Amino acid sequence: MATMNVLEAVRDAMRLEMRRDPNVFILGEDVGARGGVFLATNGFVAEFGEQRVIDTPLAESSIVGIALGAAVSGMRPIAEIQFGDFIWPAINQLVGEAARARYGTAGQRNASMVVRVPHGGGVRGGLYHSQSVEALLAHTPGLKVVAPSTPYDAKGLLISAIRDDDPVVFLEHKRTYRLVRGEAPEGYYTEPIGRAEIKRRGEDLTVITYGLMLHYTLQAAEQVSESEGIEAEVIDLRTLRPLDVDTVIESVRRTSKALIVQEDTPVASIGSEVAAVIADRAFFDLDGPVRRVTPPDFPPMPYSPLQEAEYMPSPNKISYAIRQLIDL
Amino acid sequence: MEIQRYVPTQLRPARQMRADLQQIEQASSLDGVGELRSVGEVSLYGPGEKAELLDLYRQMYLIRRFEEACAENYSKGNIRGFLHLYIGQEAVAVGVMSVLRPGDYVVTHYRDHGHALARGVDTNRAMAELFGRKTGLSKGKGGSMHLFDASKRFMGGHAIVGGQLPLAAGLSLSCTYKGTDDIAIVFFGDGAVNQGTFHETMNLAAVWKLPLLFFLENNFYGMGSAIGKVRAGGTDFYPMAESYGIESVLVDGMNVLEVREVMANAVGKMRAGGGPQFIEAKTFRYVGHSMADPARYRDDSELAEWMEKDPLKTFPSLLLARGAAVESDLEAQRESVHQEVSAAVRFSEGSAKPSPHEIFDDVYA
Repeated sequence: MATMNVLEAVRDAMRLEMRRDPNVFILGEDVGARGGVFLATNGFVAEFGEQRVIDTPLAESSIVGIALGAAVSGMRPIAEIQFGDFIWPAINQLVGEAARARYGTAGQRNASMVVRVPHGGGVRGGLYHSQSVEALLAHTPGLKVVAPSTPYDAKGLLISAIRDDDPVVFLEHKRTYRLVRGEAPEGYYTEPIGRAEIKRRGEDLTVITYGLMLHYTLQAAEQVSESEGIEAEVIDLRTLRPLDVDTVIESVRRTSKALIVQEDTPVASIGSEVAAVIADRAFFDLDGPVRRVTPPDFPPMPYSPLQEAEYMPSPNKISYAIRQLIDL
Repeated sequence: MEIQRYVPTQLRPARQMRADLQQIEQASSLDGVGELRSVGEVSLYGPGEKAELLDLYRQMYLIRRFEEACAENYSKGNIRGFLHLYIGQEAVAVGVMSVLRPGDYVVTHYRDHGHALARGVDTNRAMAELFGRKTGLSKGKGGSMHLFDASKRFMGGHAIVGGQLPLAAGLSLSCTYKGTDDIAIVFFGDGAVNQGTFHETMNLAAVWKLPLLFFLENNFYGMGSAIGKVRAGGTDFYPMAESYGIESVLVDGMNVLEVREVMANAVGKMRAGGGPQFIEAKTFRYVGHSMADPARYRDDSELAEWMEKDPLKTFPSLLLARGAAVESDLEAQRESVHQEVSAAVRFSEGSAKPSPHEIFDDVYA
């Protein structure tokens, strides 16, 4: 085992796969000489050359479209969208083209591509560098959407994503890049896409979350455990599509209470879907309402640090919601 | 004056053919006949070339007849949804595909039947796809606008205007990446030029010197909007390519030999590593945008003018005039096409419909 942060895990996964398979290549804005805006591809040009680490124009639609074209001819491109907020110009290529590539041709086309998307807030990024973009993407059948929160998961899931024959959107939370460190094996290993993981065991309630919010939720769980002896079970979804419904339902049936924590705004979101699934499959096991902790339903994340903190869920807000749900 | 028989290994370019024709005319007038030598008396063409020319005619006629059958079966309710016919534009698809190799990638727009057939996609399976049958190219999941055949590297009809351009760039990138001299060609209409993806892809293809052939089929109307109403700068698009440093050329899209000639020239440069090329073909669709469009936004006189240049009239006339074919050759081709299309309709009618539970297939790998 080695200790690394999430960014190093991402870099490690890509480097290993680039070494293993010549069909893997990287394209995106400033991924080459600059090494990526977050340095995810730092040193890659030196090792793999400019033909496999390709700087693109600032043109997201083309970045994703080219990745798709290369993928359907047997390549395994990794496209980097510099910030999640910049993905919207590429939505037709993702939702309109890549997602239906296989289905619309009755399996004649593989869209074996990964779109890496640094996303999320808490970095003082303001209106256009803080967004959560997962809801629209996870809404789209044909795509897979992965959102790891630890170095171990990031590396194992990214290797799986690169080897996957379907288009995978890989959401990397910017705030976890350097903040979250952990152990991960040095060589090759994979984590399965579509499998959630229980990151903390408990019997009083189930908290379902992903991304940066996993870490805030684990902090909140420790707070309520120390102060009131409430033991929360914490599920890290890890993959947002396909959703690991079984793990969620199995846990909720044991605890009878469900809280969903997300950084994205509430309407038509991952939390909406998780709540609907719980209502459908665990309704008679519940002894309280399904609650959510989310930002307010406002368009952008504000820049000013105080306002940003007010906007985002925090360990305190989560522990408050846990107590409320337990006291009902 | 004796005219030598010419037995080429490849078709001569149209320019050469025009020169030949002039030569015949001059020779004729010197003979005091005052008109072209009569049909079949003197031929400029060897048997191989004759067969190739006849095949160009056959393919254009196949597309025309196939689409007439589509319209008939749309009226009968065998084909549903949205059907966009290519009638009038056949010379473009046939001229283009006659130059490509099996390893090249073809990406196109929703008016895609002609491209698919000219690329050699199976007529039965194409028709069955339109019928929504299990034997269709994509087992009925794609339909008219989304014909796709990986075995022919026919990478799809795409129904989002302009959406196919970046994808084609990706295919051409992989040709380079794999070290081949294969190319990708992307068809798009005049409507797509106003999309951002067009400009993104032009820029990118030029910067990376991609073997990507931009083929603009300018039929003067984006659905019901005349170009002049929606585009600044007139009805010529090919000069735009120059601003990206991409060589471009305008061709008469009603003339299959001219299309073939400019294609051969462009593709030759691309295979030699010359980067992208741009071809604009001026052409016209005789029918509305789709089956639901009576095309009242156009003047009948405009259509009549274009129909005078109908490739299915002018090209066979040319073949007869130059002694490349006699009437019975053409009749034989038409007969064989009628049989092929009738067979495709029968094949489709007789094919099983996909069962409802097949909607669950091919969602993920």
